[in-house]
Amino acid sequence: MQRRAAFDNLWLAGALIAPQLLLVLVFFYWPTVQALYWAFSTQPPFGGANQWVGWQNFEQIFSDSVYWNSVRVSIIFAILSTSLSIATALLMALMVDRQLAGHRVYRFIYFWPYAIAAPAVGLAFRFIFAPDAGFVSAVNQFAPNLWNPALKGWDAMILIVIANSWKMAAYNFIFFLAALQAIPRTLIEAAAMDGSGVLRRARDVQIPLLQPTLFFLLVINITESFVDSFGIVDITTGGGPARATDLMVFKIYSDGFKGLDYSMAAAQSIVLMLLVVALTFIQFRYVERRVHYA
Amino acid sequence: MADIEIRGITKTYGPTRVLHGVDLSIANGEFLVILGPSGCGKSTLLRMIAGLETIDGGEIAIGGTIVNRLEPRERGCAMVFQNYALYPHMTVAENIGYALKVAGRPKAERLARIGEIAKIVGLEDYLDRKPSQLSGGQRQRVAMGRAMIREPKVFLFDEPLSNLDAKLRVQMRLEIRRLHQRLGATSIFVTHDQIEAMTLADRIVVMHGGRVEQVGAPRTLYATPATRFVASFLGSPAMNLMPAEILRPGLARIAGGVDIAFDPALFAAVPGQQVELGIRPEDVELVRPGTEGAHALAVQFVEEMGASRLVHGRLGEAEFAVVQPNGRGTEGGETLAIALPPSAIHLFDIGNGRRLGLEPQRLDAVRAA
Repeated sequence: MQRRAAFDNLWLAGALIAPQLLLVLVFFYWPTVQALYWAFSTQPPFGGANQWVGWQNFEQIFSDSVYWNSVRVSIIFAILSTSLSIATALLMALMVDRQLAGHRVYRFIYFWPYAIAAPAVGLAFRFIFAPDAGFVSAVNQFAPNLWNPALKGWDAMILIVIANSWKMAAYNFIFFLAALQAIPRTLIEAAAMDGSGVLRRARDVQIPLLQPTLFFLLVINITESFVDSFGIVDITTGGGPARATDLMVFKIYSDGFKGLDYSMAAAQSIVLMLLVVALTFIQFRYVERRVHYA
Repeated sequence: MADIEIRGITKTYGPTRVLHGVDLSIANGEFLVILGPSGCGKSTLLRMIAGLETIDGGEIAIGGTIVNRLEPRERGCAMVFQNYALYPHMTVAENIGYALKVAGRPKAERLARIGEIAKIVGLEDYLDRKPSQLSGGQRQRVAMGRAMIREPKVFLFDEPLSNLDAKLRVQMRLEIRRLHQRLGATSIFVTHDQIEAMTLADRIVVMHGGRVEQVGAPRTLYATPATRFVASFLGSPAMNLMPAEILRPGLARIAGGVDIAFDPALFAAVPGQQVELGIRPEDVELVRPGTEGAHALAVQFVEEMGASRLVHGRLGEAEFAVVQPNGRGTEGGETLAIALPPSAIHLFDIGNGRRLGLEPQRLDAVRAA
């Protein structure tokens, strides 16, 4: 039998959940409803008379090649930064899990980057990757203009991918390490007795048993790269050069708050939201099936 | 196939020393059981042989090669773990064949070998199952099959039967013994279960507190335990042990003023010496009341064992147990007349717990003569 707390006093129950409900309402549902309304109307930048226009905002963004560029760039960014951050985190976690000398120190410092706010990460990487003064500018000594994120689209993309992965790898690392430590030590020992070396054990035993974690992180990382990458882009590239890093979420911000086109920004938000929902759905529906839960 | 030499092995975890210089030599094809209570260092010793623990001091040689610095896979040992340690994401066939896959053998050969092994361990119909779909006994068989497929020189068993229920344990015990006869590989089996040890072993090593207490054939250990610890650990029900004082050669007095005769030829004890006196419950004889030399046992309670019964009571002031064959009923509050055959008495030093007098080997000679 399931034990549940039962409240006879409905008023008390209502009073207890009211603050939380209010927060969700004010900061989640109200803006969502507002965005929905804006997406189907034209909003004058300084308020006043708005007009219901139906699907017109959506028709406009879907026929805009700049918007499709932003979708393309976002997908590239999501794929690259998710792969990089998951691969790095997995490698770090596998190493730390071996409990070699100093693994406690590494466990500690590997998690730090996640504690840093995205704009701060962006700022740090902006300095590191500055083509004229940064740490990486050394390559330009040997091959002038080999690296210049201010001029070359791909350089800028690499910059934001690395910055974002640096931060997300720390987050992924903790999950991977926890999952690795949940694998019974005797399994690793049994594999060692079966003649399997460190890399082989990782491939044949540890990574297959990490699949549920891997799947979870895949969902989180892709979602994160679509909706939470604003801070880094804003500080490092500002969407440039020539819209090469104009991610969907950054475009929403620049159209809405720089261009003061609330309607278009709202329509784009709705599209982004639906896209994330769809991606998550696809992942749960098709990828999860192949995941072995031990 | 290989013999194993263990010389002066020590192991320390932080400030705690868990093995204090263990020496053992294991003959090719022998079935050796390491027996001891939990925390005695028996599993650590086994894992050091396997290569899963580093060796702090001393050396281990397998088949004449010192393996201290070798990886587990280079030592030619296979191990069966207590919790089976099956790969949960692989099928039974994949589990059994994993070692061959790692070794890079062709698929056809692998499948043929898996088939052979599955037949030996009786799992032919389960090859496509995952471990989670198997019962405890079947998992145990997979673990054994996985160990066998590499045709190892040495089999290591780390308490492999302790997760099974009583009936299955007896069955698997027989299977392990049969398997050993068939394969003839050197085997080391770690357990805390003395019945497992007695039934399986060619020789038993009794360990206690990181030291070897005694090494010998099961019969020898049972008949002439070298220390008080071995005496109390081997045998079920456990040996009766009580402090006593030697009155003169051949006679000792326990608390409560009961005088017990022993064989002075077997024990060199001097009058006035404080000793620990032991006798196994099954060696005690029940006699007719009034028989000469009989003692009175005040019965407290009786444990029914089916084929026999175990009578608990007091002899003088000491707790004392006696095995009573079926047929006669005894109840609490009664008094039983018992005789303690002098040849069945064991004496141990009260200080260091060692058997007084003759070493077990010489004792065997005395007995044979």
